[in-house]
Amino acid sequence: MKGMSLIVKTITNIMIGFIFLYGVYIILHGHLTPGGGFAGGVIVAGVFVLRYLAFGGSKAGEKKSSITASVFESVGALLFVIIALLGLLIAGVFFFNFLPKGTPLYLLSAGIIPFCNIAIGIKVGAGLFSIFLALAAFKYIMED
Amino acid sequence: MIELYLFLIFMLVAAIIATEIKDLLAAVISLGAVGFSVAIMFILVQAPDLAIVQIVVEVLTIVIFVAVILKTTHIDETIAEKFSGTQVLATVLYAVFAILFFIAMVRAMNDIPPFGQATMRVAGQYIRLGLPRAGGANLVADVILDFRALDTLGEATVLFTSVIGVVALMRKIGRRQK
Repeated sequence: MKGMSLIVKTITNIMIGFIFLYGVYIILHGHLTPGGGFAGGVIVAGVFVLRYLAFGGSKAGEKKSSITASVFESVGALLFVIIALLGLLIAGVFFFNFLPKGTPLYLLSAGIIPFCNIAIGIKVGAGLFSIFLALAAFKYIMED
Repeated sequence: MIELYLFLIFMLVAAIIATEIKDLLAAVISLGAVGFSVAIMFILVQAPDLAIVQIVVEVLTIVIFVAVILKTTHIDETIAEKFSGTQVLATVLYAVFAILFFIAMVRAMNDIPPFGQATMRVAGQYIRLGLPRAGGANLVADVILDFRALDTLGEATVLFTSVIGVVALMRKIGRRQK
């Protein structure tokens, strides 16, 4: 896929870091403010879609990023299940909130909820980008 | 309350335009109007979590739709000038089903509580125990990742399913040759 004009590329270069940071902020503050793993993950996936649309992608690059995206999606799902199984091991209940609750409204509070948010954020971000790649670069990924 | 109904009427009009218009780019923009109205309605009924997700997903889908349309064609060739017999039959059957469904729905509506005054049997417990039991300041996060985390585990597989759907739709091997 071809890239876009120089104006789009320059603006993308300036904005891309800020959008990524905003996505990470939404994920990390999911237990304090509106948002969470799903919303932040979609914003992070949007960063990669924007980069792909603005700069275009080569055949090798698309293949490589599809593999990376599927690895990250699996890692996110595994993290989520591991947190759930830790609850089963420690307290005998699947998804038990085994960590200390801490003071409400602090970043490190609410036990396992922020870690679940991070796992879902990774999973949703990688998963949504791999849907986009499956639509955009299907020919190259499936060639062999 | 009245603004919710205004948005509902606007959404209905935009949805009908999206299905009937011949220019696909205009259809996608009308679809976007429906999606953003849903986001505004979420804000009006005080659900910012859902509004954020709705806005972000809507932007991403419209970008993907527009990218596809720019690469392929603007004109929708599936809208027929004349209706065939099967189309008329399907429309009549659909209308009959819709009327039956509407009658059943009106009878069922008498039994549910009025808008904005839910019985809150389960939700009341969530609101009462959310902060002391789960400890998160955002009640939505408490519900979806503590009280109902198993539900979220199932929801997390939805994206994986949709990747499989895309691959199954676009594959060449295993499809019957014409």
